[in-house]
Amino acid sequence: MSDIATDIVKVPAHADVRPPRTAALARLAAPWIALAVVFALLPLIFRSGSSLTMLSLMGIMIVFALSYNMLLGETGLLSFGHAVYYGLGGFLAVHFMNTVIYDRLPVPLFLIPIVGAFSGLVFGIIFGSVSTRRAGTAFAMISLGLGELVASSSLILRSFFGGEEGVSTNRTKLLHVFGLNFGPQIQVYYLIAAWCLVCMVAMYALRRTPFGRICNAVRENPERAQFVGYNPQAVRFIAFALAGLFAGIAGALAAINFELVNSSAVGAAQSGIVLLAAYIGGVGAFIGPVIGAIVVTWLEVMLSDITDVWQLYFGLLFIGVVMFAPNGIAGLLTMHVPLLQARTYRPLGRLALSYLIALMPALAMLAGVIAVIEMTYHRSVKASDGATISLFHLTLDTTSVTPWLAAIVLAAGGFLVFRRTWPIVGAAWHDAVLAAQAAEKRR
Amino acid sequence: MIAPAIELVDVHKSFGAMKIIHGVSLAVPAGERHAIIGPNGAGKSTLFNLISGRFTPSLGTVRLNGENVTGLPPYQINRRGLSRSFQVTNIFPRLSVWENVRCAVLWSLGYKYSFWRGIDGLADVRKRTESILDEIKLLDRRRVQAGVLTYAEQRALEIGITIAGNAGIILLDEPSAGMSTAETEGAVALIRKVSQGRTLIMIEHDMGVVFDLADRISVLVYGQIIASDIPAKIKQDAAVQTAYLGTAA
Amino acid sequence: MLELVTISALNGVLYGMLLFLMASGLTLIFSMMGVLNFAHASFYMLGAFFGFQISQLVGFWPAFVIAPVLVGGIGALVERYGLRHVHRHGPVAELLFTFGLAFIIEEVVQMVWGKGPADYRVPPSLDFTAFTAFSTNYPAYKMFELCTAIAIFAVLLLLLARTRVGLIIQASLTHPHMVAMLGHNVPRVFMLVFGVGTGLAAVAGVIAGPALVTQSNMAASLGPILFVVVVVGGLGSLSGAFLASLLIGLVQTFAVSINLSVADVLGGIGIPPPTGGILSDVWNVTVAQLAPIIPYLLLVLILILRPTGLLGTREH
Repeated sequence: MSDIATDIVKVPAHADVRPPRTAALARLAAPWIALAVVFALLPLIFRSGSSLTMLSLMGIMIVFALSYNMLLGETGLLSFGHAVYYGLGGFLAVHFMNTVIYDRLPVPLFLIPIVGAFSGLVFGIIFGSVSTRRAGTAFAMISLGLGELVASSSLILRSFFGGEEGVSTNRTKLLHVFGLNFGPQIQVYYLIAAWCLVCMVAMYALRRTPFGRICNAVRENPERAQFVGYNPQAVRFIAFALAGLFAGIAGALAAINFELVNSSAVGAAQSGIVLLAAYIGGVGAFIGPVIGAIVVTWLEVMLSDITDVWQLYFGLLFIGVVMFAPNGIAGLLTMHVPLLQARTYRPLGRLALSYLIALMPALAMLAGVIAVIEMTYHRSVKASDGATISLFHLTLDTTSVTPWLAAIVLAAGGFLVFRRTWPIVGAAWHDAVLAAQAAEKRR
Repeated sequence: MIAPAIELVDVHKSFGAMKIIHGVSLAVPAGERHAIIGPNGAGKSTLFNLISGRFTPSLGTVRLNGENVTGLPPYQINRRGLSRSFQVTNIFPRLSVWENVRCAVLWSLGYKYSFWRGIDGLADVRKRTESILDEIKLLDRRRVQAGVLTYAEQRALEIGITIAGNAGIILLDEPSAGMSTAETEGAVALIRKVSQGRTLIMIEHDMGVVFDLADRISVLVYGQIIASDIPAKIKQDAAVQTAYLGTAA
Repeated sequence: MLELVTISALNGVLYGMLLFLMASGLTLIFSMMGVLNFAHASFYMLGAFFGFQISQLVGFWPAFVIAPVLVGGIGALVERYGLRHVHRHGPVAELLFTFGLAFIIEEVVQMVWGKGPADYRVPPSLDFTAFTAFSTNYPAYKMFELCTAIAIFAVLLLLLARTRVGLIIQASLTHPHMVAMLGHNVPRVFMLVFGVGTGLAAVAGVIAGPALVTQSNMAASLGPILFVVVVVGGLGSLSGAFLASLLIGLVQTFAVSINLSVADVLGGIGIPPPTGGILSDVWNVTVAQLAPIIPYLLLVLILILRPTGLLGTREH
């Protein structure tokens, strides 16, 4: 009897010793309450109209990217056509809004995303029944084909898709509740933020259900999942329908934000962006797509102002992540968590220093590559605008050899030096890991 | 007359022109510990695959507790109370040990595709997972990612996943493969314990394990059963000795 | 009527052959390396643009030879320094790598050649009428395309079946590890297959460029159809890809010339069309308007009736 006491110390929380319900509930809800507070306070920090618009876009993309990760990260389904459920959610939402306006129905704006959810679920079920018959590469190609099918249909079904101009609406014409007409962007932001929070909680909770766990099992080893009683196709089908539901909500939020939906919302480019966002953020962690959505939205808005070839940089960033950081930004961050937990500050400091050392030549290489790209673009497409371009606050004459030579030297030289720094980073990492392991043992 | 737990009636299996199983008939009564032995390439794993639904017989019938399950997919057969392990460890590599076993208990506890209940609050799931992990002695490794376990630990996990669903009929494919003597003893004790009151069919090469555990043994050679009897009789069978055991008695 | 059928049949077979020229390379790469080259249509586009640029400098015929070799070389380098590196991260990463590659190639082409069509013309030596079928002049260039495609297939078949390299490739298709154990340099074979596969796509681009429009959206419009072809034919099956290419080539070409709609058919027997809304759209759409989405409709049909494809085997 007396020896059990020492054993209990080692047994973690989810064994027989359970904390009181209220404490457990509080611990569970705390991060979400904190997030709600952050969402509420963000507009006080970023006050300008363009910032509010960007925050709204981020909110929409977070929901969209999280819904995408229900397929890729959780169930192992790579889809190239997820925008279908996003776009159709948007279309159904605008049509419903227009009906509400026309028939003066007492439906307030903040309930409209439910229409998106319904649309996403129904189409997820319809298309999912066909798509989830295959998995892996075949599923990816089928999703691409279905996406093209819907996008091409937009030219045929003009009354639903509104032809080239799309379908527009006016969000201020719905029922006003609490004096809110949702004209100003700040009101739209709070609507999107509220729905984003609700969706985040819901999608997070879904992972903590039997179904959510089995999705992971099907992703890891669909055959073994069969031998413990689960039909992988049924699991994929349900995941697909639920992912469609949340994508539909994102589409409806976009419809509210832009007051316009056109066929690009169901197109390949939109499917590509959400894939990029989820993957760059990291598909292995819940927070990955959130990070990815924020980063990609920010880059999209910022880069497109600076350069015309921003999509090329996007592609290069994506390929870089695929080749060198397949777990995305979240993966890179979580790699460091065990090191931080060990609190071995000297090796960590050296690691940070090695990162800095590697950063210099990397930046030089980047500058060179960007210069080559921008100058090439200018020469081939914009030559009529004159010979000079302005880059990094320098004026470069694209017709003379000097800037080209300089750019190539910078790029090539930067790369060679960068390569030299890799062993330094490797060694620092190695030391940091060993120090962390030693510290763990001492604990 | 209770139907046998597993009954194979004249089962054949060909892959294209290659015929692997040449008319196997076998009846394993409920509660029996049955071993299938034979030289490599005899078709033992194929037989397991046919029983568990991974393959469909080219000819013949497979019955589970009297019900015809020929051609049913593996998950349907598993839901009817049959569970199997694999010769080549077939676990969920990036999930933790805890998750591996927990996923295996879910269907049998009736939770199916439930996405409206939080799994952390399900006491029966937690208790069953804990008790299985305790039996296979991996409870203190529960947080470890399954892919980084040692070979023996993975084999133990393999068995754990197989027994987690509380199936009445258990198929074990070379459970002691690659184990040291000490590890094998542990495995045998575990198998004896978990097959109490259940039907066990086992493929094994370790004759010590076979004669220790089995109530009856069937010998499979070139896709046919050449003998099926109690261990004592099998030891003495001339055909079996020629084909497999060797004449040193 | 007969004229329409003959011309459409010829055009349909030609289109199908071009599709197969690309689908064969794609299937070879997939069977061998397990990765579906999402950028395959991009190499087709590169072939067209390289062919255009080189023919501006030295004429069509040198371009016909140089462009595919150049593009195939790029493909081999991509395999060696890109795909091979990503292989360790798993099949999803490989597919995403080729996806990113397709994206980048399109952006680079747009950056260098702009968004408009390139003035890639049929060379004067082939710019005449081959024959006149009924009242239509069938251009010699199309016959040239057809003959080139068939010639290439003949060469490929011979190479695969009769040469040592071909035998090694066939073996590596199903048993790469065994082939490596036998002392063959499997990674080099992979590089060769990827280079040849993309080179084939480039040939299709070089010869199709003058006939179709050479523009930076070529890859984006043909790519999905190409993947539908391999899924409908059965992933990994060369004969399935052949069948599916011809099927889709013929059906799409014939569909373009049919101007019937549901309204015509039902109106002919006295049922009036609905007014407005989605139903009206569906009622009035002509088969010709449906032509672009016919491959995708076929995809859905195959998925319902025969999920593994026409000649496909088990799940890859």
